[in-house]
Amino acid sequence: MGTAANTSQVDEGLKSELQKSGIFVTTLEGLYNWGRRSSIWPLQFGLACCAIEMIATACARYDIDRFGAGLFRPSPRQADLMIVSGTVTKKMTPQVVRLYNQMPEPKYVITMGACSISGGPFIDGYNVLKGIDRYIPVDVHLPGCPPRPEALLHGLMKLQEKIDSQHIEKMEWYQKGLKREFPVPEFGPNGLNPPYNPEVFQPQQHREITVG
Amino acid sequence: MSSSSYEYHYLFLGVFLLIAIVFPLLPIILARIVAPKKPNLIKTATYECGVETKGDSWVQFKVQYYVYALMFVIFDIEVIFIYPWAVAFKQMGSFAFVEMAIFLAILAFGLVYAWKKNVLEWK
Repeated sequence: MGTAANTSQVDEGLKSELQKSGIFVTTLEGLYNWGRRSSIWPLQFGLACCAIEMIATACARYDIDRFGAGLFRPSPRQADLMIVSGTVTKKMTPQVVRLYNQMPEPKYVITMGACSISGGPFIDGYNVLKGIDRYIPVDVHLPGCPPRPEALLHGLMKLQEKIDSQHIEKMEWYQKGLKREFPVPEFGPNGLNPPYNPEVFQPQQHREITVG
Repeated sequence: MSSSSYEYHYLFLGVFLLIAIVFPLLPIILARIVAPKKPNLIKTATYECGVETKGDSWVQFKVQYYVYALMFVIFDIEVIFIYPWAVAFKQMGSFAFVEMAIFLAILAFGLVYAWKKNVLEWK
């Protein structure tokens, strides 16, 4: 239960000494984060072939339930994690962004596979979004085409590490006046409008290198 | 209170009742305290698989669905009665046959009545 993020006053030596006699010492933050990381409920939806790997991860052989993340919720109201599993077409983007908006705080996103990171093999396609991170903040980018179930589990463990490292007094979802609304793009005749959310997506600017 | 007394056994029921009340109430109250509420227009909108709702989200079904379902249930139950009757038909003799005939006649009369009332016609 003890995590690296704990800022406990009890020193580690005493903690392990107490643990030997069956007494566990932890902080409220540690307990809170332990509860959150052990019950990450993903939103049940799949977009493309990565979803098949996600299903395999949920099944007995890989068993995502070992991490407490096996309860796929059919409604965003009950979900903590959005696994964007597969190619996000431009037609599907408004729906994905709307679903992300409808999830309660705190919420996390794993982009599964090359397509949802950057468009993948369809990057030149007229109909494919070049990465879901243009509209919603992404916590874990999970490369692969498709990533194997082990990779998804690894991504989930990375997310658990992130949850562990969050501090209760700095958690933005407890701050007053926080406005977390990600505008849903509209599907127009020339693709999506706006092409990306500037608050979320800040692409690196190309720098001109002059030689000589 | 001895372990064999009458009241003792009801004590279990009382304890279970207490647990049954506290167990679901605790997370509900805890969630009220801990859960951060950040409502906005998109979040509070009707959930329809991410698609924007068109029209009213309260869909009304015709009363006819209900009548149809009722008719179906009656004849569904009839089959459940007929199966064991058919299995034990030879042992039970003519008495069971007459009884089932009466039962079927009553249901058939009901069907005829519904038919006359135009329930089976889809409008």
